[in-house]
Amino acid sequence: MKITTAKDILQLRETHNLNFFEIALKYEVSTSDLNQGVILSTMERQWAIMKQAIAQGLDPDKHHLHGKILGREAIKLKTSYESGKSICGITTTKAIMYALSTMEVNMAMGQIVAAPTAGASGVLPGTLKALQETYDLEDNKIIEALFVAGLVGMVIAKQASISGAKGGCQAEIGSAAAMAAAATVYVLGGTMEQSFDGAAIAINNMMGLICDPVAGLVEVPCHKRNALGAANALLCAEIVLAGLPSVIPFDEVVQAMKQVGDLLPACHRETATGGIAISKTAKAIEARIMNDE
Amino acid sequence: MENYSIFDIIGPAMIGPSSSHTAGAAKVAYIARSIFGKPIKKVTFYLHGSFSTTYKGHGTDKALIAGVCGMRPDDPSIPFSYEKAKDMNIEITFKKIILDDVHPNTVKMIFEGLDGTTQSIIGSSIGGGKVKIISIDDIDVAITGSYATLITQHLDLPGFVADISQILAKHHINIAFMKVFRETKGENAVMVIESDDVIHKDTLEKISALEALNKLTFFEAIQ
Repeated sequence: MKITTAKDILQLRETHNLNFFEIALKYEVSTSDLNQGVILSTMERQWAIMKQAIAQGLDPDKHHLHGKILGREAIKLKTSYESGKSICGITTTKAIMYALSTMEVNMAMGQIVAAPTAGASGVLPGTLKALQETYDLEDNKIIEALFVAGLVGMVIAKQASISGAKGGCQAEIGSAAAMAAAATVYVLGGTMEQSFDGAAIAINNMMGLICDPVAGLVEVPCHKRNALGAANALLCAEIVLAGLPSVIPFDEVVQAMKQVGDLLPACHRETATGGIAISKTAKAIEARIMNDE
Repeated sequence: MENYSIFDIIGPAMIGPSSSHTAGAAKVAYIARSIFGKPIKKVTFYLHGSFSTTYKGHGTDKALIAGVCGMRPDDPSIPFSYEKAKDMNIEITFKKIILDDVHPNTVKMIFEGLDGTTQSIIGSSIGGGKVKIISIDDIDVAITGSYATLITQHLDLPGFVADISQILAKHHINIAFMKVFRETKGENAVMVIESDDVIHKDTLEKISALEALNKLTFFEAIQ
C-alpha cells in the first residue's frame, strides 16, 4: 500500500470505501506485517503514556519535574483556569494547559510520546485530551484520531520534513498542529476533505516559523509554541467545520513548507545560532547553564 | 523513498527531552552494548558535533549510559543511569572528538570487557529517534536496529555467506536486508543481516559452528 500524498489517501477512500482511520490502519498492517490487534494495542499504549504525562505535569507533588530553564508552569495555568479566569474558553485553555504539561515532563526527562517529535510532543495529546473532556469521547475514538494524525504526519514527512533541524519549527510544531487539526475534525465528524483543509490551514498559519532554541534546549520557545500549536489546531478545526475551506490544497501547502524550509539558513534550524537563541538574555542563560555543569 | 510506520510519527514512546539527543542516543548505546555482547568493565564515549556541545543539557550523557546498562529508550529510569552504571560496576568516561564526514549527532564508543577484550563502535542519531551504527572495529557498516539483526565478524573466505544463507533458509528465516562489509580481501569482514523474524537459539548455534566465524551477535528489533 503506497501513500505519499493526501491525494493518494482521498483516492484510496474512493477505491476501498474506507474512512480515514480505516485507511491508516490498513496502511500500518501492510507496512508492518503485524496484525490489527497488535497495532491497535500499540496505539492504546501510546495514548496511555500521553495521558500519564499530562497528569504528571499537573501533579502538585511532582516538584522535581523541572527543565534547565523552566518548569512547573502548566500547574499555574490550572490554578488560574480553576478560579474562573479562562480567556480562551474551556476547551482551548485545557488544550494549551495539557500541551504545556506534557512539555514540562519532556524537559524533565520524563516519559512522553514523540508526536511527531519530542519537541512538539505536547500539541496532539493536549488537543485530544481537551476534546475528550469537552465532548465526552471514548478512548477508542481518540485512538482512531491518533491514527488519522499519524497518517497526516507521515504524508508531511514524505513530502517535506517533520524535523526542526531540517525544516525549522514550521516543520515540527507546524506539522504537529496540522496532525492535531485533522484529528480534531475527524473526532467531531468532519469529512476527510475537511480534515486535510484544517491541516493545510494549520501549516499555513505557521509557515516560515524558525527553530531557535535558547541554549540549544527543548524549552524556550518550544514550550509555549506547543501551546500555540494546540490552539492553532482547534481554531483551524472550528474554521473548516463552519464551512470555510482552505483555498490552497493540503499537498501544495506541504510542498510550499518544504521550499521555505530548504531556504532557511542554518542559524534558523535548531543550531541555536539565530532568532531569540542569540538574544542577550538567552546568552546569559546559556552561560549560566554551562557554569552549572 | 523511505517507508514510514504510523509509529514513526506517533512515537517513539521515549524519555525526553529530545528524540535525537536523548532517545536516539539511548538506542545507539543499547545496540552497541548488544554488539559488544559481553560483561562490560568500562566504556569511553567520544562525543562528536552537536552531541559534544549540548550533551549535558539534553541528558545525552544519561541516555548513553542508560543504553550501555541495557535500558531501552523508553525506560523511565534513564535519568538515574549514572547510579545504575555504578551499581553495575561499569566505569564511564566522556571525551570530545572530531570525526570526519559523519552526522552531527555521532558518538564513538570504546567498550572494555571484564575479559580484557575491547571493541570500538561508532553510531549516529539521525533524527526522530532513528539511528545508524556506522562502524564496528573500524569497518564501515550500516545497522539501524529496526529489524531483528544478526551480525557476524568473520574472516573473508569464499563460501561463508552461502553457508549462512543456507542455514537461515533451512530454519525459515526471511532475510529483509543483507550486507557484507570488509577492509581487505581475505581479512576481517562484517556481515549484517536484518530479518523480519526472530532468529532462535538453535539456528544461532548452527551459525556459531562455522569455522570462519570470529564473533556472532543477534538482537531483536528495538522500537
